[in-house]
This record gives sequence, C-alpha cells and structure tokens, in this order.
Amino acid sequence: MMLPDKRGYFGDFGGRFAPETLMAVLEDLEKQYQALKKDKGFQKEFQFYLNEYAGRPTNLYFAKRLSSYLKRLKVYLKREDLLHTGAHKINNTLGQILVARRMGKTRIIAETGAGQHGVATATAAALFGLKCIVYMGALDVKRQSLNVFRMKLMGAEVIPVESGSKTLKDAMNEALRDWVTNVKDTFYIIGSVAGFHPYPVMVRDFQSVIGSEARQQFLKVEKKLPDYLVACVGGGSNSMGLFYPFYNDSKVKMIGVEAAGLGLHTGHHSATLNKGTVGVLHGSKSRLLQDNDGQIQIAHSIAAGLDYPGVGPEHSYYQASGRAEYVTITDKEAVEALKLLSRLEGIIPAMETSHAIAYLEKLAKRVKKTSSVIVCLSGRGDKDMNQISKFI
Amino acid sequence: MNRIEQKFKSLKAKNKKAFIAFVTAGDPGLRKTEEIILALEKAGVDIVEMGIPFSDPMADGPTIQASFLRALQKGVKVQNILDTVKRLRRKTELPIAFMMSYNLIFHYGQEQFIKACRAAGVDGLIVPDLPPEEAVDLRALAKRHDISMIFFVAPTTVEARIKANTKASTGFIYYLSLTGITGTQKAVSSSVVKHIQHIKRFTDKPVCAGFGISTPQQVKEISKAADGVIVGSAIVKVINQNKGNLPAVIKYVSFLVDALR
Repeated sequence: MMLPDKRGYFGDFGGRFAPETLMAVLEDLEKQYQALKKDKGFQKEFQFYLNEYAGRPTNLYFAKRLSSYLKRLKVYLKREDLLHTGAHKINNTLGQILVARRMGKTRIIAETGAGQHGVATATAAALFGLKCIVYMGALDVKRQSLNVFRMKLMGAEVIPVESGSKTLKDAMNEALRDWVTNVKDTFYIIGSVAGFHPYPVMVRDFQSVIGSEARQQFLKVEKKLPDYLVACVGGGSNSMGLFYPFYNDSKVKMIGVEAAGLGLHTGHHSATLNKGTVGVLHGSKSRLLQDNDGQIQIAHSIAAGLDYPGVGPEHSYYQASGRAEYVTITDKEAVEALKLLSRLEGIIPAMETSHAIAYLEKLAKRVKKTSSVIVCLSGRGDKDMNQISKFI
Repeated sequence: MNRIEQKFKSLKAKNKKAFIAFVTAGDPGLRKTEEIILALEKAGVDIVEMGIPFSDPMADGPTIQASFLRALQKGVKVQNILDTVKRLRRKTELPIAFMMSYNLIFHYGQEQFIKACRAAGVDGLIVPDLPPEEAVDLRALAKRHDISMIFFVAPTTVEARIKANTKASTGFIYYLSLTGITGTQKAVSSSVVKHIQHIKRFTDKPVCAGFGISTPQQVKEISKAADGVIVGSAIVKVINQNKGNLPAVIKYVSFLVDALR
C-alpha cells in the first residue's frame, strides 16, 4: 500500500491536527501538491533549480581514509554539504517555494533551529523575490548568529522567539500562529518531514532526491546496493530523504541517529524515537518527548538542528514496523566525530551530521564482515565554528 | 441533555443570548479559579470555558500563552483541574466546557478522559487543534457520555466544511470572529455578523462567536447575529492585572454582560 493513506497516516502516525482556520489551505495545498507531483512542467522546473541553482547532483564520495580507520566499513558520503547554502535543506525550500508560487502566495514564513532551513528559505525567497519572515528561537539566534546574519543579508526578517525553550519547537509554534493569522497571502515552508498532512509527504518527496541519486550512484560504482544507510534524525528530513528511495530494498538496513545530548539517563536529550511516547504536536501524531501530563518537554542537543521534542510521523512508522533502527549519540561523541572527519577527510561536517558520523565507530564494531554504508553528509560545519571553538 | 444544551434551550425560550467567559484554569491558582468561576456566575455569565494549560498552544496569543505558563509553573495538572470542577459542582450548575489542546486528551486516554469529565461534571470540550475528521473516536465517546463536542467554523472555512462542522458540532458552534490567534487583534463586528448569518443557513444549533472580542460595543453588535459571545484574553488579562482580585474581575465582566441584556 502507498503511504501515507488519504488521511495522511503512515500506519498509526501522521494525520492533520490543524486549527479550523488552516483546514481550507491545507486541503487546497494537498490537492495542488497531488496535481503538481504528476505535472511534468513542475517537476522539470524543480529539477532545473536543483541542478542549476543548488548544484545537484551532489557527489557520492568514497571516504577512503575514514574507511581504513574504521576497518570494517566502506563509507560513502552523500555530499549534501556541497549544495548551495551548505545543507540538504535547500532541496525542500526550492520545491516548496515553487508550490507557493503556483498557489499565488506572496509572503513566505518559516521556522528554523540551526538556521539552515531559515537560510535555505531566505535563499529561495530571494531567488523569487518573495517577502520572507523566519522565526527562530532566541537561544538559537545566539547559538547560530552567523546564519541569522546570512538570512538578513538575503532580505529576510528574522524574528527571535522568546517563549518556551526558545528553540525550534517554539519557533514552530510562533510560525504556526503567524500562519493562522496571515493564511490568505502566506505560505508556510516547513523545514522537516513534520507538521500537518501533506507536509510530511511533500517534504519527503522533495528530499528524496538525496536517496534516489545515492542509490543510482552507488549501484554504478559498486554494482550492488549498500548494506547500511546512516543519517541523523532531528525532525528527520535528511534521513527520510535518504531512506525513502531504498524502502523496498529490504536488505538495505536503515539507521537513524538521534541526539542523546548529555546522555539518555540525564533527561537532557532529543532522542524522541528512543525515549518518547506517542502524542500529537504541531499537527501530526508521532513520538514526542512529553511528561506524565502530556506537556511537551524541552529537548536538548549540542546541535540546534536536532534540538526538537518531536519527529516526523513516517519515522515513527519506520520504527514501529521495524523498517529502520534508531540509535543515539551524545554531544561529546558528536564533537569527537566532527574532529575525526575533519582530520581524516578534510571535510568539516555540521554538528547535526556529526551524530551520524559518530555512529559509524559503533557500527564498525557491530558488523561481522566488511560492510558498505552510505552516510548522508547533510550539512557543512561552517555555521558551528563559533560554538565548537571551545571544544578544540 | 447536558447543562450547555439546557442553558441554550432556556436562553432561547427567554429570547436571550449567552455570555461565555474564558478563564485559564490555575491562573493565579486553582482555588482562585474556583472563586472566580462562582463570581462569574453571579455576574451573569451563562457558560464558562476553562482553558487547560498546555506548553505549546497553537491557536493562542501572548496573553493566554503567558497565563498557561504561569499555571504550569504553579504545577497545575489536568487531574487537579478535573478535581476543581468536581468541587465546583457541589456549589453550581453553571455549564462548564474545557478548551484544550488535543495532546492532553490523547495522553490521558480518550475514553478515560471522557469518563473523568463526565464524573467531574464537565459538559463540553473545545479542542482547537482537533478538526472533526480527526475526532471520530472522541465524538463517539463524548456522545455516549453526554458531553458536547464543540467544533469551529472560521472565516476561511469553505461551504462544504461549514456543513460538515456544524453537523458534527454539539452544544454550540464556535465561530472564530477573526482569522488569527486569541486576543491579538480586534474582531470586526460587521463582518462577524455577516458570516454568522451565512452559517445559520446551514444549522439550527446555537452559533457563538469568540476571538478578539473585548468591548461592550463588540458584544452588542455581534450578539445581533450570534447566539452567544465568548470573551477570553481580555478577561485573562484583567484577572492577571488584578492578581485575581474578584471585584475588579466582576466589574469588567458585568460591564460586558450588561451589553448583552
């Protein structure tokens, strides 16, 4: 069966838990998106901007020195970090802004954690001359000041959100409130495979270019499919983009890496799939970090882009069905991995991506014979240099 | 017939409109909420909406968000609020609806929650992030236990949804008097009146308007078409500014209620 179903459910997860004010626009978006999915002109336009503007296809790079360091793993890096703006987020924002244009919306809003989605949205908005407002938790504004500057340079207005934990979830709350207020002329570009139906499926489709390319590239070089896919999971867009095109390749094992923050036992983490329970947040049913009363808990990760107490519903489904496995990496392990990849390959990964890299050492110990793995190198680390300097 | 339905029936017989007051449960403290609700009844309020504090409300503006945060910082739990209603029921038959985010209900367990509402004396549920199509199970449970499920119609709601939502809604229909979040801008009475007249072509159920209503003029104008008027953020603000001081709250609410009579 094709998932999600008509109501936007992946098994028990997903749906459309939206305020009435947004129902009409969500129904309209769903209809338009279904049509655009089959519209050759739209797909051609999307592909044009991905290739000519964002720099696709990205390389699938065999990391020779990292592989020999890890011994039993043959590691291929899917270089989303080489894309314009420095992360996979641009795939999705280009797709959504083209949808927004077709729907005649003139004002673009977005939420951002690490600032990568905000930058990618500001970029796409500048490219098409649309007004852009980005909501960002006040704490993240501090952590990721370079990205704030980039967004402003491209003409976006960045609104620091002072409520709650002052991070990604609060930015999303505020963006939703903006959308409820300005729904007539505004398009909300959600940055992850989260939110109300059809966002999780739409973002997945736009990000699937990662996995589709990687699958072809790997087959061409290795004449077979990889044994493993590894990617970090915050909301889960880069991982779903990599995983989804391999869904039916049942021998390809998928591993999503969540942020264990200061440690799973400390309560200061973002390991939604490992430690969360089922609930409804930001429009869909999925796993959440919540307390005994159903209040949303504050997530923690050194990586602002993973610092989210929810996760895309399709990941909850992959976990429940056993299609993917979800593991965790601490802040400390991620920092070490960032240093390792920088030294061994001359590639500085984003703090988020470093979680995926860090898991490779554990995977290398798990495998019985030499195995191949594609890692989604979802973003570059330039944005993290300020924050990381104290660990070097 | 629960207390909400009875209230509208008796108001209709008297050709009167309902004044619905929203208060955040537990701001400033649940004992105070209890006193405020009893005082509101004396001030002529017909139905009380208790806002159940949630960490991440989607449709609420800064005033109600801040009140939720204050209540949560005091440690208010869903169970404590149900207990408060139970205590109130020894003293009043005022209809009470909970306005809350769906996650709190889902987390409590839908069936357990409906039963707990019934046992405590809650008459209705208003769940802004739960459209009727996601509420199939909850609606069936609520119906079985005679709890009203109040759904919304927004200025952006298309005709097919107006039909579906008014059909699904029990107790009354909540008309959103502005496209936006609670308490941040003023509802424009003339367009609200026009919209409500349109909605009434699809339903015989009471239609009440809320969001952005804070003045006697608005109450008066909107009640020309609506069967009830809901005031939220403005009351929450007065309660907070006066630290729950009853006479100040009553003075403000009476001022609004009088506009309806």
